Amino acid sequence: MIVKENQVQSVVALSASMEVAVRGENRMGEEANARKEIEAREEILSGSEIIVRALMAEGVDTLFGYPGGAVIPIFDALYDHKERMRHILVRHEQGAVHAAQGYARVSGKVGVALVTSGPGATNAITGIADAMMDSTPLVVISGQVTSNLLGSDAFQEADVIGVTQPITKWAHQVRRVEEIAWAISKAFYIASSGRPGPVVIDIAKDAQVNSCTYSYERTTFLRSYQPVPEPEEDRIKQAAELINRAKKPLALVGQGVTLGNAEHELQAFLEKGGIPFASTTLGLSAMPSGHPLNRGMLGMHGNVAPNIKSNECDVLIAIGMRFDDRVTGNLDTYAKQAKVIHFDIDLSEMDKNVMTTVKVVGDAKQTLPLVTDYLEERTHPEWLAEFEPLHEKEYDRVIRSELYPEGGAIKMGEVVNKVSEATRGKAICVTDVGQHQMMSARYFKFTRHRSLVTSGGLGTMGFGLPAGIGAKYGAPDRTVCIFVGDGGLQMTMHEFGTIMEHAVDVKIILLNNSYLGMVRQWQELFFEERYSSTRMKNPDFVKVADAYGIKGRKVTRREELDGAIREMLGHDGAYLLEVVVETKGMVYPMVPAGESITNILLGNSQ
Amino acid sequence: MSKTLYTITVFSENRVGVLNQITTIFTRRQLNIETLSVSPSTIEGIHKFTITTFADDEVVMKKLVRLIDKRVDILKAYYNTDEDLVHQELALYKLSTEKVLEHGSIEYLVRKYNVRILEISKDCVVFLKAGHFAETQALFEELANTIGVLQFVRSGRIAITKSKVERLSDMLAKREEQKRALEQEKVME
Repeated sequence: MIVKENQVQSVVALSASMEVAVRGENRMGEEANARKEIEAREEILSGSEIIVRALMAEGVDTLFGYPGGAVIPIFDALYDHKERMRHILVRHEQGAVHAAQGYARVSGKVGVALVTSGPGATNAITGIADAMMDSTPLVVISGQVTSNLLGSDAFQEADVIGVTQPITKWAHQVRRVEEIAWAISKAFYIASSGRPGPVVIDIAKDAQVNSCTYSYERTTFLRSYQPVPEPEEDRIKQAAELINRAKKPLALVGQGVTLGNAEHELQAFLEKGGIPFASTTLGLSAMPSGHPLNRGMLGMHGNVAPNIKSNECDVLIAIGMRFDDRVTGNLDTYAKQAKVIHFDIDLSEMDKNVMTTVKVVGDAKQTLPLVTDYLEERTHPEWLAEFEPLHEKEYDRVIRSELYPEGGAIKMGEVVNKVSEATRGKAICVTDVGQHQMMSARYFKFTRHRSLVTSGGLGTMGFGLPAGIGAKYGAPDRTVCIFVGDGGLQMTMHEFGTIMEHAVDVKIILLNNSYLGMVRQWQELFFEERYSSTRMKNPDFVKVADAYGIKGRKVTRREELDGAIREMLGHDGAYLLEVVVETKGMVYPMVPAGESITNILLGNSQ
Repeated sequence: MSKTLYTITVFSENRVGVLNQITTIFTRRQLNIETLSVSPSTIEGIHKFTITTFADDEVVMKKLVRLIDKRVDILKAYYNTDEDLVHQELALYKLSTEKVLEHGSIEYLVRKYNVRILEISKDCVVFLKAGHFAETQALFEELANTIGVLQFVRSGRIAITKSKVERLSDMLAKREEQKRALEQEKVME
């Protein structure tokens, strides 16, 4: 599906002459005349020009990057295509990759980052690893030293392929100009098809400078790579039978649903079977938060009811999720009573952490409707009712005091909830990593797909601000709210410069507790309150924002909060809302790492 | 728990860096590579890796093979235990000519171990023995205890399955079919 979307865009983006050339490619060998015509149109171009043309042929109109010695020729080529190819100059290469991730996550398109050799490429590593963990389609183009200097410890040389191979779906070094078009075509196909992921193309400087004949053909097939396994009819039937017989089914929704654009297929499946569901953090916006079958979020800081019920259901239906340890807790005690059905596009996820009864390998957009056809309409009212007392307990012990505190310092959950309400759940919620991230995941209400951008697998602090910038480019018509902590913001705060330069309209909500809150929480719970290196002396964030021309406001009192949020959302342009929250807030519920998923701490608050 | 020796066969596109991709997967799973042998396969452009490793059980192997298979440049990966395979290693032994002559008749060794003699010079004699690990090892130990071994080298394992079908060719045939179907689709569009 992702591929098809891109194809449409690419056709739009192609220049007239290239369109003829590409269409002509398919007819080659059949019509000699057509071939002659095409050859006449084929141009001799520099490697750099080929890179830009190839990107345009793939439908790319935005890229995030940072120039340097080994990519000057590519930036020079971009200079001629400013109208069609927008380059967003970031302030650090990590930001370029995170921005490309944010762009990809909200748009479903491939995010593209362009960085120089050596330090440029190594600065990009964190983002690449993050994209690998969260299956984000990315193409990262890095410059490389001239090919005759490779392996000689040349200036700004790093073994980019060696470093990135284990954290990419594919990494390839181009040393000759003739290989460029081929490599880029393959890169986009690999990044966007099947289970998406990051691809690195490392292009030697001489390949950028030399010239060759340019023609471009999109890759749609590689014999060594089968992105979408074909659905197996008997597995489809087995899955449906198991679900039809289930008295207490529970579905676990992961990001795979979003990546496969299978949200509507999922909804039809869940509604026909009357199956309650809960989401992983990354799966959250695949279904509306307010859906009657929605039982919340799974995992360490997820909701009590679905975690408890994971260990009570009779059939557990995992869809596009990978049973991460933050979701399952101790595997030895996880869902042992249940028959497990696993829908996933990636065979290597099957039986990786949880042994399954039925494996439905394939694209959820194809497999879910096939199973839905065999489903009997069910409602499971008694089973659904079983979740209620658990939810009430969580509400009484945790949620009420977090969202509607009676006095005291401002709470993180309270702020998230107010922003969510003020945007009517229509905004894109981007987060950094830590306590505020879990609070955002727990209390932001989603009504639209592709609305949560967060670093799930790698848990990268510093992700939020640049990813939010990318998200705004990926969805320019939507409000982008970036929730960050005081620790994470300072990891990539230089991207204020990007916001300033490109007038990126993002709303930054800084939940400042002057602590590295999540680590402090662990220190409080598990390290006898020995707060080693988690207290932070912070700058005046509003002044920093002001220096970049970003409007800001600091809120310390509850009475100001609603007005400040209104002001932020009403402001035309970027805005930093710093909210001073309680210093020693806790994220509850919490399943301590490695414990059984039913061993849930609720804290002392009443 | 006693570990089983598994043989992993990998077919890949002949591209720079494939070995690195494979070994990384072993490293992350803390599996030690015992032997490794790489050569072009019968199909042009496709390389074959034969790797042996000790692992606790088949579950580990299943996961390992799926992770290898998942890499874009890998066509197919399989695992087998010794029962499914005909396998072989080669060993070369360099001995001092003087010591060999001192030892007297080597006919006994040649017959017992089915040794081939590759080279005899003034300084050294080179033996070749093909066989399973235990067999090449037994010869090494006997030589070491009697004549003394100047140099010893053993190749990685090579193996073929006892089953009749060449599994890779089935896979390639299927992929060809899928490619044709895809091209048909394109034409229809």
